[in-house]
Amino acid sequence: MAPQQSERKTYTTGSVKTGMTMTEKILARASEKQQLNPGDNVWVNVDILMTHDVCGPGSIGIFKKEFGEKAKVWDREKIVIIPDHYIFTSDERANRNVDILRDFCGEQNIKYFYDIKDLSNFKANPDYKGVCHVALAQEGHCRPGEVLLGTDSHTCTAGAFGQFATGIGNTDAGFVLGTGKVLLKVPPTLRFVMDGEMPHYLLAKDLILQIIGEISVAGATYKSMEFVGTTVESLNMEERMTLCNMVVEAGGKNGVVPADSTTFKYLEDKTSVPYEPVYSDAQASFLSEYRFDISKLEPLVAKPHSPDNRALARECKDVKIDRVYIGSCTGGKTEDFLAAAKVF
Amino acid sequence: MAASLTRISYSSAFTFSASKTSVFSPSLFTSSIKVPTFSSLTVKPLCSTFAPHAAHAISFTTHATSTPASVLDTSTKTFHGLCYVVGDNIDTDQIIPAEYLTLVPSNPAEYEKLGSYALIGLPSSYATRFIEPNETKTKYSIVIGGANFGCGSSREHAPVALGAAGAKAVVAESYARIFFRNSVATGEVYPLESEARICEECKTGDVVTIELGESRLINHSTGKEYKLKSIGDAGPVIEAGGIFAYARKTGMIPSQSN
Repeated sequence: MAPQQSERKTYTTGSVKTGMTMTEKILARASEKQQLNPGDNVWVNVDILMTHDVCGPGSIGIFKKEFGEKAKVWDREKIVIIPDHYIFTSDERANRNVDILRDFCGEQNIKYFYDIKDLSNFKANPDYKGVCHVALAQEGHCRPGEVLLGTDSHTCTAGAFGQFATGIGNTDAGFVLGTGKVLLKVPPTLRFVMDGEMPHYLLAKDLILQIIGEISVAGATYKSMEFVGTTVESLNMEERMTLCNMVVEAGGKNGVVPADSTTFKYLEDKTSVPYEPVYSDAQASFLSEYRFDISKLEPLVAKPHSPDNRALARECKDVKIDRVYIGSCTGGKTEDFLAAAKVF
Repeated sequence: MAASLTRISYSSAFTFSASKTSVFSPSLFTSSIKVPTFSSLTVKPLCSTFAPHAAHAISFTTHATSTPASVLDTSTKTFHGLCYVVGDNIDTDQIIPAEYLTLVPSNPAEYEKLGSYALIGLPSSYATRFIEPNETKTKYSIVIGGANFGCGSSREHAPVALGAAGAKAVVAESYARIFFRNSVATGEVYPLESEARICEECKTGDVVTIELGESRLINHSTGKEYKLKSIGDAGPVIEAGGIFAYARKTGMIPSQSN
């Protein structure tokens, strides 16, 4: 009979520091703590808060109601307001919502407001930047190691830059507008290791559909998704954004891709704000690790009615197509249009 | 006494004395839902963690106008009414379709309008609708769902629409995190978790009672009882009307009358 072995938890002594994942490290720095573990609830300093025309007016309403009509936002340079959802429309309420954003930006002297004034011609708007998540990246608001919150579920897209980015509701956003802080629970991390040369017929969307099909639409609920491996390293920023964009479709809290030379090069001409990337420790603990050999993957589709209803594209070759939509934050970047054009 | 209140300048941060318990999420590690316990009697001054922001942060102590914790006690709270049963993965587009999102929840008239569209996005396979045609409120005060309720978008319009329609609680097997967090922050509906798949044993129109303190749901139409996970510290937050109202009622932040 083997002798009984008592379980000795090293971390309980407090003197042994366990390794942290990238997400844990970003939140530790943002909450000014040395060590964080999944499950910890911490007050985090927010670097950027983004909102748009759908949730902005509601968030502003809450901010004014709770902090006062004359209250000032916590930092006029850390708020990015991008009207992008219901624009270039004749709908009065939609246009009124953009007016609400404009009035607020004027009152608060918000530095980054990508306004739309000429509704008849989108090209006549020099400040208009398109889809908010793409605009955030292109305008240099995404930086490694930072905390970015947005009133939109696909805010997780920015994790492609090695930062903590997640979506929040109007009430939380109203709170952040006033205080610059948010109470967050540190998520454990799922690690996805993708290796192998990416075949020319695959796009980043195929990679994330593969993953969501694997873990289901709730497989990453309350968790962080970390994407590493040689394939990930070979992706450009737009492809990494596609990967992180659909993290929420798996229920994920945030997604991260470690920052590297691709990231730094992209940011060179876009931001002069100093940043400090963080990386997962070698001894960090991950909840699970999934490994993929990308060279063996085939193009995928998600069949009705769920993003996790994964199927091989070739299994669906007899499905008649009624309409194709290319656009929005997952698949509406220039590269996506180019890829579609090549098919024709 | 009002004079003992430290004035807060609204360009600054305020602070909660957050304890170690969790907020806004059904914990992965324990089965109960917790939020920081905001103790109205021991509001701590700004802790050193926030020191670099001292220029902007303000601490205050107040013992005036704080609501006794017992007023926000949810241990005797019950809900009684008809239940509306839905399945798994009810997403925010089904709860409140995108076309209605030009309605701003903080605008009272538009808040009511949002309520009239609650769950209008459910497929036609749901023959009995949550809100009857030509009605603006629901007759079902309790929504019973399956797994991953509220998945999809971060739109706070989702729990708002349910609450504005007249729903008091959702009882689901599990929640998507942003929906759960928004429900607590707004105080619109109680996001309760069942331990079994109640959605498979209840039918729309069943008469149910939820005893919050006992964490129990009773279906009077079938005679069955079900155990729920405790709402924990999220209960008083929702009871107060959301995170800001809770903070004011418990004296964590000053009331509007300043």
